Amino acid sequence: MKYSLFLGCTLPVRGQNYEISARKVCETLGIKLYYNDRYLCCGFPLKAVDSNAAFLFSAFNIAIAEAQGLDMMTMCAACTGILTETNHRLKQDEVLRLEINKKLNDFGVEFKGTIDVKHFARILYEDIGVNTIKKKIKKKLKGFRFAAHYGCHYLKPSESFNKFDEPENPKSLCELINVTGAKSINYEENLSCCGGGILGIDEETSLAIANKKLNYVKKEGADAIILLCPFCDVMYEQNQKKMERIFQQEYNIPVLYYSQILGLALGFAPKELGFNMNTIKPKALLAT
Amino acid sequence: MIKVEELDSQFKYEVMKEPGGEHLTNCFACGTCTASCPIREVNEHFNPRRIIRMTVLGMKEEVLSSSFLWLCTGCYACQERCPQGVCLTDLMAVLKNIAVKQGYMHPSYEAQIAALHNYGGLYEIEDFTNKKREQRGLPPISQNVLATRKLLGLANIYNYIKNQ
Repeated sequence: MKYSLFLGCTLPVRGQNYEISARKVCETLGIKLYYNDRYLCCGFPLKAVDSNAAFLFSAFNIAIAEAQGLDMMTMCAACTGILTETNHRLKQDEVLRLEINKKLNDFGVEFKGTIDVKHFARILYEDIGVNTIKKKIKKKLKGFRFAAHYGCHYLKPSESFNKFDEPENPKSLCELINVTGAKSINYEENLSCCGGGILGIDEETSLAIANKKLNYVKKEGADAIILLCPFCDVMYEQNQKKMERIFQQEYNIPVLYYSQILGLALGFAPKELGFNMNTIKPKALLAT
Repeated sequence: MIKVEELDSQFKYEVMKEPGGEHLTNCFACGTCTASCPIREVNEHFNPRRIIRMTVLGMKEEVLSSSFLWLCTGCYACQERCPQGVCLTDLMAVLKNIAVKQGYMHPSYEAQIAALHNYGGLYEIEDFTNKKREQRGLPPISQNVLATRKLLGLANIYNYIKNQ
């Protein structure tokens, strides 16, 4: 199985533990990742400014992967959202496709609509499958209870994602957590947004949303929140200490990427999975 | 108080001709959007149902110059649940896009565009970043500043920046 890896902006700078662990997991599960140095910004930051500009950036990146002859693997929810939406839209909207291709012509690339864009976890769930992963588990994470946080744009707008998972009652990440031997737990408002989209606009409101989720997760006594997006990590982990000061609370909730816990279950050592970069240590998990 | 003579009856048509804004008048004001909104839960300044009513009524200036317009995180909770298929998250993007054209872009987006222009991405990749990546066994990353600028130009993004 081959994919062109689209890193995006945040992951390679602020989510290296995610990148390290996901690369290990992909190698173990037979997903070969190809690099492409022509990729640009996914386009997501431009959606609010000019949607067509966002589609143009996304289409450029998809066209680059098409020229490589590979489907694209994303890891950030925001990149996933805009690239999937653009791919879906341009495959149907001939007028917009022609207009965009006229501009892409300057770069010698063309959006043809021949490839899929898929998030890392969706690839694990759809292409590899929970049953195949189950056979490769070497160390079960027995007794651990994790709170799944589906990044919004991992599966929404659902129309663009062909409803690969149920947007109002998603199960892909929960099943992927359960296959490690740990238990995916229910908690209040489990689908709510991390607030990252407005961190630069209204920090107070943005952190208030993240604070609510951390409280619900704490109430259920989860061992960690499990993420699929580096920007959700900016909210829950990189701003956790700040939120403790602002809201006068103590959460002490480890924030882990799914690839890190799967990596442990596949037999990798914590140091091979970037756990040294997690600021809130999952002590019990690392002691096993 | 809303003054009829100050309303712009054409505003809703302006919104509805943009992709994503077409379904505006499907709204029957049930409030599912507002009840689903994570922003509304913590900040009363933001109310999707109210924004729709203001748009339908033609309160163009109030909507476009507002600060609440920029509070939508784009999480799609409302869009997935809307019983009338209003496509609210897309509609919010349309409103923001029109606000930008009218000169109301939020400074946060100006900063993001400046980062794209200067670094080819939201973050500057310094030698330090690639050295760290190398130590951690990750390949170096490059940023394509010139290609990014060319694409920003083709997308007419520079027209929206005031200090160009």
